[in-house]
Amino acid sequence: MRFILLVIPKGYEQAAPDAMPDAEIFARMAKYNESLKQAGVLLALDGLDPPSTGARVSFPGGKARVTDGPFAEAKEVVGGYWIIQTRSREEAIEWARRAPMPDGDVIEVRRIQEFEDFPPEVRAAASDSANA
Amino acid sequence: MDGNPPAPATSAEVHRAIDAVWRIESARLIAGLARIVGDIGIAEDLAQDALVAALERWPESGVPDNPGAWLMAAAKHRAIDVLRRRTRLDRKHEELARELEIGRETGDPDLDAALDDPVGDDLLRLMFTACHPVLALDARVALTLRLIGGLTTPEVARAFLVPESTLAQRIVRARRTLSEARVPFEVPRGEELEARVSSVLEVLYLVFNEGYSATAGDDWTRPELCHDALRLGRMLAEFMPAESEVHGLVALMEIQASRLRARVDASGNPILLLDQDRSHWDQLLIRRGIAALDRAAALGGMLGPYALQAAIAACHAQAATADETDWERMAALYDALAQLAPSPVVELNRAVAVGMAFGAEAGLEIVDSLSSAHALEGYHHLPAVRADLLSKLGRREEAAAEFARAASLTRNGRERQVLLARAAANEGPES
Repeated sequence: MRFILLVIPKGYEQAAPDAMPDAEIFARMAKYNESLKQAGVLLALDGLDPPSTGARVSFPGGKARVTDGPFAEAKEVVGGYWIIQTRSREEAIEWARRAPMPDGDVIEVRRIQEFEDFPPEVRAAASDSANA
Repeated sequence: MDGNPPAPATSAEVHRAIDAVWRIESARLIAGLARIVGDIGIAEDLAQDALVAALERWPESGVPDNPGAWLMAAAKHRAIDVLRRRTRLDRKHEELARELEIGRETGDPDLDAALDDPVGDDLLRLMFTACHPVLALDARVALTLRLIGGLTTPEVARAFLVPESTLAQRIVRARRTLSEARVPFEVPRGEELEARVSSVLEVLYLVFNEGYSATAGDDWTRPELCHDALRLGRMLAEFMPAESEVHGLVALMEIQASRLRARVDASGNPILLLDQDRSHWDQLLIRRGIAALDRAAALGGMLGPYALQAAIAACHAQAATADETDWERMAALYDALAQLAPSPVVELNRAVAVGMAFGAEAGLEIVDSLSSAHALEGYHHLPAVRADLLSKLGRREEAAAEFARAASLTRNGRERQVLLARAAANEGPES
């Protein structure tokens, strides 16, 4: 099973465009990343720039509309993620529990859907359009 | 949500959480204990005792903040008792027990640090011991999955479709063999190292392959087993970054695993590589595999057999369609592999590549020289490849007979169906 651990840093929705984690947090995070690698579970990881430099594309009435960040109404925004491969949901949660997060941060653990999850007719449709 | 207190964990939830902790911690725990007591059998028993203690306590107390340290402390308590009670209590053990006791009472930070050394050498020692050549291959596999993979005996038994009692016996015997042979708990050095690394890699690739194309049973693949092998391979690569072939094997497994979901159709039938829908190949794993292959190459020297096989796999992965496969490069890579690690199976694969690059006739020549040398008798891929080449040359009757022979030789039910269908397609008038 694959899980994505989404990091929701406290206050990141209002972070300055050039906001960077301080050196101490960075060092603790590097150590944690190393432990994921050494356990052989880490597939990918990335950090994301603050939303103030991003954009939202919304679809009112099904039509795309672009809004530049920051997003006044946002309460929680994603600041980065890990993708890990584990045998169970509990194992993914246990890894999330070990992350060295500062006060108030949240990690959301979500399973990544696999192709096999979908019923055969959906899979067939996906294959057909991919090969069209 | 805010405002609602968290629901208390049910005992089933706590047990699942303990399983998860065990999977993450057990290898380090056993490895650390094995260094102290010098015997992986005893170390495993101590670790199991600590697990039992956790199962008793944690449903009440909740999972502790640092479950690994908790388990290690519980196991150390037991280790002191065991060391004291040993009948052949020699001075060394007595000293060790005393040191452990002092450490426990005073919380000696140095000793604790030494005992809790989280990574590295201990895990490597455990891997090399579990894969020691004094053990038969099936025993190495069982020990590796149990001690380092964190799988339970029933899980390993299920993975290899053997009865639990057989597997439990196998593990008991393996532990005894290691103990009787006085296999030291260490990472081999010097000239021995290369052969011992090969022994570990052989075990990992066997586990991977059993998941990738099961030799028995009705499921064509068992992906969980592939992921277990990959996890152990990545772990090994972290601890032995200078070993080119470790990266080579990781690269090979990552790229092969990238095709797992494309290898089976919706009804569970196998799909051969060239017929697979490449949009289902996992690009994340392909990227990881190519990065691992680059690491193997960057270490310099000739690529080893695993790295060469990874390069072959990468060659498939980088072709957007089957028709765009660079078969000449493929044939050259198989040539190199055949020189480095000659085997009839490699020769058979070379025949496929040569057949694609230079025509079915050239491929058939290699296959026929294998047949006349009586190589690979009873191996279903030989008649299957021969049948495919014959079919391309329009020799349909011979092709049908070879497909049927291949079908009668495979032990995998799904694969048999595919081969029989191809035999039928070569019978009767050309469609």
